[in-house]
Amino acid sequence: MAGLRALGVLSRITVRHRYTLFSDSTRRGFSVASSLMARTHVNYEVKGDVAVVRINDPTSKVNTLSVHMQKEMAEVLGEVWSNDAVKSAVLISSKPGCFIAGADINMIQACKSAEEVTYISQEGQKMFEKIEKSPKPIVAAINGSCLGGGLEFAIACQYRVATKSKKTVLGTPEVLLGLLPAAGGTQRLPKMVGLPSAFDMTLTGRNIRADKAKKMGLVHQLVDTLGPGLKGPEERTMEYLEEVAIECARGIVNKKIPLTKEKGMMQKVQDYVMSFPFVRNQIYNTVQKKVMKQTKGLYPAPLNIIDCVKSGVEQGSDAGYLAESQNFGKLAMTTESKALIGLYHGQVACKKNRFGVPEKEVKTLAILGAGLMGAGIAQVTVDKGIHTIMKDTTLEGLNRGHQQVYKGLNDKTKKKSITSFERDTTLSNLTGQLDYSGFQNADMVIEAVFEDIAIKHKVIKEVEAVIPPHCIFASNTSALPIKDIAAASKRPEKVIGMHYFSPVDKMQLLEIITTDKTSKDTTASAVAVGLKQGKIIIVVGDGPGFYTTRCLAPMLAEAVRVLQEGVDPKKLDSLTTGFGFPVGAATLADEVGIDVAAHVAEDLGKAFGPRLGGGNPELLKTMVEKGFKGRKTGKGCYVYQPGLKSKEVNMELNDILESFKLTPNPAVSSDSDVQYRLVSRFVNEAVMCLQEGILANPVEGDIGAVFGLGFPPCLGGPFRFVDTFGADKLVEKMRRFEDVYGNQFTPCPLLLDHAKDPSKKFHK
Amino acid sequence: MATMLLKSFRSNLVNFRAYQFGAERCISATASVQAQAKSKKTLAKPGVKNVVLVEGVRTPFLQSGTTYADLMPHDLARAALQGLLHRTGLPKEAVDYIVYGTVIQEVKTSNVAREAALGAGFSDKTPAHTVTMACISSNQAMTTAVGLIAAGQCDAVVAGGVEFMSDVPIRHSRKMRKTMLSLNKAKTLGARLSLLGSIRLAHLSPELPAVAEFSTAETMGHSADRLAAAFGVSRQEQDEFALRSHTLAKKAQDEGLLSDIVGFKVPGKDIVSKDNGIRPSTMEQMAKLKPAFVKPHGTVTAANSSYLTDGASAVLIMSEEKALAMGYKPKAYLRDFVYVSQDPKDQLLLGPTYATPKVLERSGLTLADIDVFEFHEAFAGQILANLKAMESDWFAQNCMGRKAKVGAPPLDKFNMWGGSLSLGHPFAATGCRLVTTVAHRLKKEGGQYGLVAACAAGGQGHAMVIEAYPQ
Repeated sequence: MAGLRALGVLSRITVRHRYTLFSDSTRRGFSVASSLMARTHVNYEVKGDVAVVRINDPTSKVNTLSVHMQKEMAEVLGEVWSNDAVKSAVLISSKPGCFIAGADINMIQACKSAEEVTYISQEGQKMFEKIEKSPKPIVAAINGSCLGGGLEFAIACQYRVATKSKKTVLGTPEVLLGLLPAAGGTQRLPKMVGLPSAFDMTLTGRNIRADKAKKMGLVHQLVDTLGPGLKGPEERTMEYLEEVAIECARGIVNKKIPLTKEKGMMQKVQDYVMSFPFVRNQIYNTVQKKVMKQTKGLYPAPLNIIDCVKSGVEQGSDAGYLAESQNFGKLAMTTESKALIGLYHGQVACKKNRFGVPEKEVKTLAILGAGLMGAGIAQVTVDKGIHTIMKDTTLEGLNRGHQQVYKGLNDKTKKKSITSFERDTTLSNLTGQLDYSGFQNADMVIEAVFEDIAIKHKVIKEVEAVIPPHCIFASNTSALPIKDIAAASKRPEKVIGMHYFSPVDKMQLLEIITTDKTSKDTTASAVAVGLKQGKIIIVVGDGPGFYTTRCLAPMLAEAVRVLQEGVDPKKLDSLTTGFGFPVGAATLADEVGIDVAAHVAEDLGKAFGPRLGGGNPELLKTMVEKGFKGRKTGKGCYVYQPGLKSKEVNMELNDILESFKLTPNPAVSSDSDVQYRLVSRFVNEAVMCLQEGILANPVEGDIGAVFGLGFPPCLGGPFRFVDTFGADKLVEKMRRFEDVYGNQFTPCPLLLDHAKDPSKKFHK
Repeated sequence: MATMLLKSFRSNLVNFRAYQFGAERCISATASVQAQAKSKKTLAKPGVKNVVLVEGVRTPFLQSGTTYADLMPHDLARAALQGLLHRTGLPKEAVDYIVYGTVIQEVKTSNVAREAALGAGFSDKTPAHTVTMACISSNQAMTTAVGLIAAGQCDAVVAGGVEFMSDVPIRHSRKMRKTMLSLNKAKTLGARLSLLGSIRLAHLSPELPAVAEFSTAETMGHSADRLAAAFGVSRQEQDEFALRSHTLAKKAQDEGLLSDIVGFKVPGKDIVSKDNGIRPSTMEQMAKLKPAFVKPHGTVTAANSSYLTDGASAVLIMSEEKALAMGYKPKAYLRDFVYVSQDPKDQLLLGPTYATPKVLERSGLTLADIDVFEFHEAFAGQILANLKAMESDWFAQNCMGRKAKVGAPPLDKFNMWGGSLSLGHPFAATGCRLVTTVAHRLKKEGGQYGLVAACAAGGQGHAMVIEAYPQ
């Protein structure tokens, strides 16, 4: 629904879904017991004169740097160093998809004070310093994710060999959790890859593929992945990696492989330029400005990272390491970090199918409507090996949709994430057509036709005449209740809502809506398809606007009122982005489409009455009549000119606003009040959804709001926001607004409950 | 009467051969004695025509850029065709059809079969077409011929293959081509000038052909190196195998066993009568080479890979009745054959592994029944990987869906006269060389069944069972 392209930093969180998680609460007890027995997490074997150190956390799919892991690693390395027969070591994981995915988040979350966290960081720093100064060269052999603490471990080693596997990614994603790389990452990276790249890595948290890492100087050598031989491909690739790494280790000992690389001309020039403090200061300032612009100062981690890097470069490594560990301690205690970590956990939870395995896997998916949504759904489906039928009523529509799918894949080709050949074979999974042929083989049909109940009814009847009995009918609607759509169905148990967000390939959320008649298997199947499409999924109950649209509607209604009160769209945008929304309210309305907003406002207005009102709905209707439908028509709150990035306020809008003008009440019109008017209505509606059972739990509520609507990630979602901000304080503000605007600001009973009893929290 | 004719014909042939390769006669005499000792069943099937290989020849295979450098592909093909005509004494009109294989196409002679046939003096009434299937192109040409004969449409077909790597089509960039094509259509001087003006420096960078998979963009050598690594084939094993190939080829050359070669008078240059890429080296020297594709830890080097080669080959394939009626003594029966294909990324060069068990089953034979193996050696690593794959139950069960391994061919029956590594590998000409060599080795060694297998770009493969013709 919403065009939230700018989810920016947060949208990358998912890429790193292997990052550190112990769901197993028995782990800690287990590790205590195991320390008495043989080592469980780190082991080594001596091959000739090379010690091969293997990391394998037996309790998890990924390796993390836990207390236990560090203890065993220290033991093993001690033995390696004291063994005279060993000349060098190779560090490798026994898990094919994961080197080390980072530090154990739970370990950090369990800390009660900044000092405790600082201590953890310092322990890590010490261990890696020992490794860096190891008298015997250590080669890190990397296959799979090498992130956070894992990367810091690897860069402390003398040499790095990585596979070219698509699973091999290197990065420091700590910033996405509101933290910083605290085991020497902010100190070693600038020396290794230079200031600009180090800032890029630590501030964006982006994943770096092996080939890029080689170019940057992050790894020394690449190893190809192998196909099946006398063993499975993954197993053999790991062996091969180990063989090559052992050769490298021997080569380093024999001085055949130099550890210092001959610097290229460009590198020399860059180093020379960087030797001027003036240039470095320039870089710090530029980066600082950029960060401030993007985060509005709402995220402390990036600023702290700049600090740490600066201390290390300008004042020497002692100061740098100290700054790193202390800032890390501070950051771990911030609400922002807690919010982001909460989102991370929520996201992991929303990547699981709690409805079990569906009886029948969806192999053929038919999509009705090749519009922006329909084609978007096709785009995320074809490349998952699902045969996708895209049906439209006109050839032009079909052509446009097909082009959209092609363009999506072709852009990936241009970025070299897939080859042109993969693009073509993927596209062969897509059938575009105007009729219902082939629907007899469809396992699921998703309709993305116009939002009109009569059309939806017509479509469901047509489709049910041709599909097999097991086929699921899903509706991609943003506001129409699913039970109303299902009313026309012969088999309401097979009808479900699948609400995608536009642009489908960028927005990670999928809101699945079940009615009381929807069968569990239908839900399981819809979730399975969504997960295959790479979506984060919330499953909500049926009702007008479900969860996401229902939360957004009162906020947009309030935004209209704010506009009527004389705040111009630019100001409105800066107020909302200043609160942490990645996209301002006015821009959001333009992206969503003013006509859609008007449509939704009307529908929900009918369902919920004046409580959901705010500004005058006629304002939106007038805009639509004038053709100001938002970005798609080139004019909305702003004027959009093709090729032009900057946008100007639509001057013609002023006349309309003038005719709808309201006098603002100065008691509730300060900048901060306007922000809270917008946010409190959003949050109150979200809490009401939980109260009414539309939402199953606060976690899904937070995830839906952040990933579907761009609720400020630093606040962690509406429910976490209530927890941290205080329900009582929020209620107090709302009461003040209620006095002016009436029941639109009446806090819902559940919120009042929480306000009365401060011990009540949505998140434990 | 017929026998008399046949006899005189044969003696003519023998004389002709004896003239060129003196040692031939006595060798074939001893071989025929051994062959009598074997008494395996024949693979003839009821209702299926017997198709025979009457003769097979090839030009000497030369490293590209050497003596053939100034020729064109059809010149080489012509030489092979004329050699075949000479050696068989075949009346040109007797040929019903000509099929030729080629991989890197010279655009001027895209149907190189027809151009070469006309140039070689075949009747202009004999149709000819060109096939392509990477390194098994001439295998495809031969099996096309077998098909035409088995279907009763032809009685005598010439098949062959040619590859000319001394000159390959190097194209202008796509942008430049587009500009040039538009230039053709431009009507006014102004339009032409503006098009010419649009040419930028970047337009001028040419497009070179690469021995790389279109689907994966991986060069074949790179894939071979990964394959060798997947099967744990060491650098030393590869170098040893390459050395073996060169040593055996040299021995065969010295003993005059490579009798399929026909001399070729290159205009303006000497008569070429020997392959020039056979160079037995030492393990020490080979060990000095750096890996050619996967750097720095790869194992495939220039010394253990086949090299770019110019050459052409041709065979005469007939129905048995026709051959006998014309007084020929066939060299071998061409029996069952298969084509296979698999993943072009990780199993690009495993064609022989997949094709061998399949063709053996079709013929009702086991590996032990085969007396002569001729496998195409693209890379030493590739051959060794195939041998290991055929010897692996894990691979048979997990990748081929078979209950058990087929087993690897014993090396004392394997490529005993050298292979593509040493003799050279003109892509589309290798298939005919393999088949002719099997026929010659069967005769020489007195075996009854031979097996040809080869891999090809695109992840494809081929195998054929050849049965010795009764002496």
